[in-house]
Amino acid sequence: MSAPDTAPATGGPARPGGGASAAAGRRPSGAAADLRLLRSELALVLSRRRNVVMLVVLALLTALVGVGVDLATGDADPGTGGGPPFLASLTQNGLFLAFASLTASLPVFLPLVVSVVAGESVAGEASSGTLRYLLVTPVDRTRLLVTKFVATVLYAAVAALAIAVTGVLVGLVLFPVGDVVLLSGTTASYGEGLLRLAAVTAYATAMLTTVAALGLLVSTLTEVPVAAMSATAIVVVLVQIMGQVPQLSFLHPWLFTDGWLRFADLLRDPLALGGVGDGLLLQAGWVVVLLGAAWARMTSKDVTS
Amino acid sequence: MTAAAGAPAAPRPGARGDVAATDLDDPDAAGALAVATRGLTKRFRGGQVAVAELDLEVPRGAVYGFLGPNGSGKTTTIRMLIGLVAPTSGQVRLLGEPVPEARARVLPRVGALVEGPAFHPYLSGAANLRRADAADRTVDPRTARRRIGDALERVGLTAAADKRFRVYSLGMKQRLGLAAALLRPRDLLVLDEPTNGLDPQGTREVRALVRELAADGTTVMVSTHLLTEVEQLCSHVGVMSAGHLVAQGTLVDVTAGTTTRVVVEARDAVGAARVLRAEGVGAVTSAGEEARGELSPGGPDPERLLIALVGAGVGVRQLRLERATLEDLFVDLTGEAADVRA
Ligand SMILES: Nc1ncnc2c1ncn2[C@@H]1O[C@H](COP(=O)(O)OP(=O)(O)OP(=O)(O)O)[C@@H](O)[C@H]1O
Ligand SMILES: [Mg+2]
Repeated sequence: MSAPDTAPATGGPARPGGGASAAAGRRPSGAAADLRLLRSELALVLSRRRNVVMLVVLALLTALVGVGVDLATGDADPGTGGGPPFLASLTQNGLFLAFASLTASLPVFLPLVVSVVAGESVAGEASSGTLRYLLVTPVDRTRLLVTKFVATVLYAAVAALAIAVTGVLVGLVLFPVGDVVLLSGTTASYGEGLLRLAAVTAYATAMLTTVAALGLLVSTLTEVPVAAMSATAIVVVLVQIMGQVPQLSFLHPWLFTDGWLRFADLLRDPLALGGVGDGLLLQAGWVVVLLGAAWARMTSKDVTS
Repeated sequence: MTAAAGAPAAPRPGARGDVAATDLDDPDAAGALAVATRGLTKRFRGGQVAVAELDLEVPRGAVYGFLGPNGSGKTTTIRMLIGLVAPTSGQVRLLGEPVPEARARVLPRVGALVEGPAFHPYLSGAANLRRADAADRTVDPRTARRRIGDALERVGLTAAADKRFRVYSLGMKQRLGLAAALLRPRDLLVLDEPTNGLDPQGTREVRALVRELAADGTTVMVSTHLLTEVEQLCSHVGVMSAGHLVAQGTLVDVTAGTTTRVVVEARDAVGAARVLRAEGVGAVTSAGEEARGELSPGGPDPERLLIALVGAGVGVRQLRLERATLEDLFVDLTGEAADVRA
């Protein structure tokens, strides 16, 4: 982001227009101005009904899983069945509804909603023509890109939180509450369980950050938002498929989806953070590469829409 | 215009070209110009030269009419002026500062309407202005509400402020675009076809608005196809044709270069035509009871013509001068054909 432009735009020859800069009043500090734009950006994202509906759908899906498991386990013992990880533990502790739903949503649903918001970010402004007006305001192109990125990551965090919070609440209603039996077999208090859920939610958000960066890059390449959204989602799915192909195993450690489900480590005692750390590092690497490419594109492109 | 029209008309003498161009690196000289470009050229990918070697000069305080047929490069030029499109070559100075280098410093003082208004369809007019204002890091957020209210008032949109942009009519959209450009006082307004889609009242309001702004000292550069509008409003004009600037200067200077038609109504039109020719009037024709000719600048005085006609006893009833309208000049400069340049 460019250095805050705090020097008054006066000086030079007398300007007949006079007060253009004087009437701007007291200039806010750079950070306050950045926050103002970010707030406006978040308001814009949440003003799209579609974006809110997606959050509601994620919450509803979570609730549905809870109700489904509750109905299905009325008579049978689920502890020995297959199904997604954590689901088996669900009947012992409601908190596992949040873990199970996050695990189930991370490969497809969450990346999908993040793709929609990230794909829309720049391409949406380009297609409606508002991009040119933002740039003549002027908004520095780097600053705009960073704002869009941060807003998308915050949306991803809200999406992951929607699942976690719904999971906790529905779990409280439908299933027993109490000490949590961790994956390593030891027991933790419900409070510690909540803390670990917060960590898992944060990890999921970190994984989605790569999707946000990818979506932003694609979004700078086109003026058609739908194309950017679907291209992003398709890439995420393709990368996961590549992760399943044994012949490509030499690539697997480098795929950005590689560490996505490693948050199971956050549910062991003692915490085994090596895998999680590697996962975060890999994401950071991808985010830097993808954002760098988006920046190169954004700062060089002609805005003719 | 056909492809052959790629060669520009020669610059109109006195209007441009024979005067030494202002040196952009001389801060005083460049500072007197609100917009100055040197050799500004844009070649799009695919090789098309949309704008070629443009030397624009818009003096401070001027109302500058930027004219040209469809596809002549006006919008592309405006995009380069405000840093949306990178020039292939050439320099731009806005309010004395180089663009795009000093963009962050100079653009807050410039309001622009480029190729129509553009807003978020699902936000109301007022919410769109709030969004536009939030993007400007040089304004005081505490005055935002007042400034937005004032801007809406100024363009007559207060009643529709809370309607979603999606359902605005064409003219309402155009007005909102102007409101966004007026969210804060500006030193320069660059308006690309601001009256497009406006009703007659709206057109008059825009004209009044531009006059008012200009009276406050704001320089206005306005691209439009309404030539009568230009004649009423502009102090200066620049005419584009096929990517080249073919005339530029004050409205008076640019139109002064045109020939004036002299029309004589007389009993003996043939005799009158003979007198006109003898007095040095060009392109004389006669038909029925009317003789016509062209008076080039510096040609014979109309007063002398009248005396000569009366003296020749051709039964002159009326002598009339028809000044070339801006439209005549425009067609003269940019060609008759209606086809756009490929
Ligand atoms: N992004 C682009 N890529 C290629 N060519 C372009 C691009 N943008 C504009 N052009 C071309 O540049 C030329 C000038 O276009 P421009 O929009 O500047 O014309 P204009 O004078 O504004 O016309 P109008 O009066 O119709 O608005 C046209 O031939 C157009 O096709
Ligand atoms: Mg145009």
